[in-house]
Amino acid sequence: MSFVSQFKSLASEKTRDLRHRSVIRTALRSYEVVRDKRKAAFQSWESARQAAAETKWEAINHLDTHLESLVSKLESRGTKVHWASNSAQAREIISQILRDKKARSIIKSKAMTSEEIHLNHALEKEGFTVVESDLGEFIVQLRHEPPYHIVFPSMHLTRGEIKDLFQKELGDAPSDSPEELTMVARRVMRQKYIQADVGFTGGNFAIAETGMISITENEGNARLTAALPKTMVTLMGIEKVLPRFSDLALFLPMLATAGAGQPMTCYNTMYSGPRQPGECDGPEEWHVILLDNRRTELLADAEQRDSLHCIRCGACLNVCPIFRNVGGHTYGTTYSGPVGAVITPHLRGLQDWKHLSNASSLCGACTEACPVKIDLHHHLLQNRRNASASEPAFFEKLAYKIFAIVANEPAFWSLAKKIGWLTQPLQSLVKGSALDPAKAWTKTRDLPPQPLESFKDWWKNRQ
Amino acid sequence: MKNTGNILSEREKILGRIREALKISAPLPGSHGEVATHAHAESPASHAREWLPSVGASSVEQFDLFAKNAADLKADFQLFSSRDELSAALKKISAAEKWSRIASHDGELSNFASASLGLPVLLTDKGYDVQEMEKCDAGISECDALIAQTGGVVVTSRSAGGRALSVLPPHHIVIARREQLVPDLPAAFALLQQKYAPDFPSMISFITGPSRTGDIERILVLGAHGPKKLTVLCF
Repeated sequence: MSFVSQFKSLASEKTRDLRHRSVIRTALRSYEVVRDKRKAAFQSWESARQAAAETKWEAINHLDTHLESLVSKLESRGTKVHWASNSAQAREIISQILRDKKARSIIKSKAMTSEEIHLNHALEKEGFTVVESDLGEFIVQLRHEPPYHIVFPSMHLTRGEIKDLFQKELGDAPSDSPEELTMVARRVMRQKYIQADVGFTGGNFAIAETGMISITENEGNARLTAALPKTMVTLMGIEKVLPRFSDLALFLPMLATAGAGQPMTCYNTMYSGPRQPGECDGPEEWHVILLDNRRTELLADAEQRDSLHCIRCGACLNVCPIFRNVGGHTYGTTYSGPVGAVITPHLRGLQDWKHLSNASSLCGACTEACPVKIDLHHHLLQNRRNASASEPAFFEKLAYKIFAIVANEPAFWSLAKKIGWLTQPLQSLVKGSALDPAKAWTKTRDLPPQPLESFKDWWKNRQ
Repeated sequence: MKNTGNILSEREKILGRIREALKISAPLPGSHGEVATHAHAESPASHAREWLPSVGASSVEQFDLFAKNAADLKADFQLFSSRDELSAALKKISAAEKWSRIASHDGELSNFASASLGLPVLLTDKGYDVQEMEKCDAGISECDALIAQTGGVVVTSRSAGGRALSVLPPHHIVIARREQLVPDLPAAFALLQQKYAPDFPSMISFITGPSRTGDIERILVLGAHGPKKLTVLCF
C-alpha cells in the first residue's frame, strides 16, 4: 500500500473512533489549561518567542561554525564525536561502539532521533537487549509500536490498557492506578540501570560556546542513564545547537511551557564530558553522534530553513485539528503533526509524503503555538506548490484548463449552468458512490444546490 | 586507520553540505521575507529577564516566591534561622521516615547535616558501590543555587557528590545557605559561568521538583525513576 492510501485509510478509521477521540481530547484538555496558565506567567511570551526565533536563526544560519566550536570543546574534554550522514551510518557507529565494549544490555532514555534511524530494531537484530526507560516509551516498546506523540508517547492509551499490558508482559499489575503502574515500571527499571553496559540518550540542545549537550526530562531516567553505565552514547541531530550557554535561560522554560505547560521540566541537565578527573562517577567514555540524515537538504531550502529551528516541544501537534482527529500513528512518520508534515517531505521524499501537507485546514494554529515562530502553515502551502510544480497532477491540470475555457466564454458558461440544473437531481442519487465524479469531496460533504436563478439573471431582471 | 579516515571525511562532507546550503541567506524571523544582512550585535536572548516570569525585587519576596513555587512542585522547602534548627528538622524527617542509612558527599554543609543524624553514611567522593547507594534511604547533598523563579535547585557533579547521588536514593535532601538564592534563570546561568568557566563540571543539573511522570493519562505521579521526595533545607 502506498503511503498516501495508508494515511487515508487510517485517517478515516481513526476519525470515526469515538474512544480514540475522547482519550486524546481528555489528555489535551488538561495540557491546554496548564499551558495557558504558564504562558500567562511570562512577562512577555511574545517577546520571548521572537528572541527564541532569532537565537535559533543565528544558530542555524551559522551552523558550520557553531558545530565546529561545539565539537572542539567536547573533544577537548575527552568526548568522542562521530558524524553520520544517514541512518545506516549512525546505526553502524552505534553497533560498533557496542561491539567494541562487548556490551549486551543498553538502557535508553527517550530520543526521537533513535526512532528516526530505527535503532532498536537494528540493535535487537544484532542480539543486544535494549530497554526504553522513559515510562511512555517503555509502554509503547512493550506494545511493539512507535511512540504516538513526540513528547507524550503513550497518550493514546488508557490506564486499563496499560494495566492489561503490564499484566501480560511483566506479570505485575496490582491495579490500574497510574501511581501503582508507575511504581511497577520503577521497580523493573532500577536493576536494569545498574546492570546496563551502555546508556543511550538523545539531546535537546547543544551549546556551541561551552561544548555541552543539554537533556530535558521529567522522570530522572536520563539522569540515571548518564550516571550509572560505564559507556554513554548520545545521538543528536545537527540542528540542535544554540550559540551560548546563557541562551538556555530562555529556552528551558519555553520548552517546558510550550511542551507540557510546566514552568520548568523536572531535570534539565548539561553534560560537557565523560567523568572528569576528581569526579566520583559518570561514564568512562562518552560518544556523541551528530546526525545529518538530510537535514542539510532542508537547510539548503532557505524558504523553509526555519523548520530546523524546531525544538520538538510538540506544541503544534497538540493544537492541530488534523492531529487531534487522525492521531499520531496515522502519519506513519517519526515526526507527526504540522512540523512532521513540513519536514518529512524533505527528509523522506516530496512525492511520497506530499499528502501530509494536503491534510491541513491551513488554520495557522500551529504557527501561533510554535515557541520559535516557525512559519508552519505557509510551509505546508509551499510543499503543495513544490509538489505540483515538480510533478503536476494530469487530471487536475486538465480540469483547470477546461474550467478556464468555460469561464472565459459566456456562451459556454450559460450552457454549463443549464447542464448543472438538469443533472442536479441525478447527483443526489449517486452522491458519494462510485458513479459520482466528485466522490472524494461528496463522500462526507453535501453539495449545495445550484439555485434556479443565477445572480447574473437576477441582476438582469432587476434592471 | 581506514576507519579514522572515514570519520574525518564524513565530518568534512557534512560541514561541506552545510556551507553550500548557507550560501543562500534565509529571512530573519518576523521580517516577512526580508533577507538578513547582518547578525545582531548582542545576543537576542540577552533580555530574557524582562520576559520571563517576574520575581520581585527584595530577597523576602524572592524567598516567598521560591517557597510558593516549591510547594506547587510538591517539593518540601523549609527555611531556618540557624544551623541547629536545621539539624533538628532533619532529625525529625529521618525519624519519621525511619532512615537507617544515608548517602552523602564531603562538604562543609553536607558533613554537618549527615553528622547530626548519627547514621551510617555512604560517601561518594572516593567512588562507591552503586548497589549500596541504591539501598540508602536518602541522599544528602549541597547545591550551587536555589532559583526563586522556578522553585528549583542547581547541582553539579562537583558540588553535589557526583551524578547519581541526587537521583538514585528515594529522598533527595538539599542543604543550602540563604545567600545561595538567586532571583531567576539568567542569574543562575551567569553564576555557573562565573564560578566554573571554562572548566565546567561534567554534569550541571537544574532540578525542579521531585521526579515525575504524566505518561499514564497525563496524571501526575511523583517518583518515576528519580527521587519521590525533594526536600530543601535552608538557613
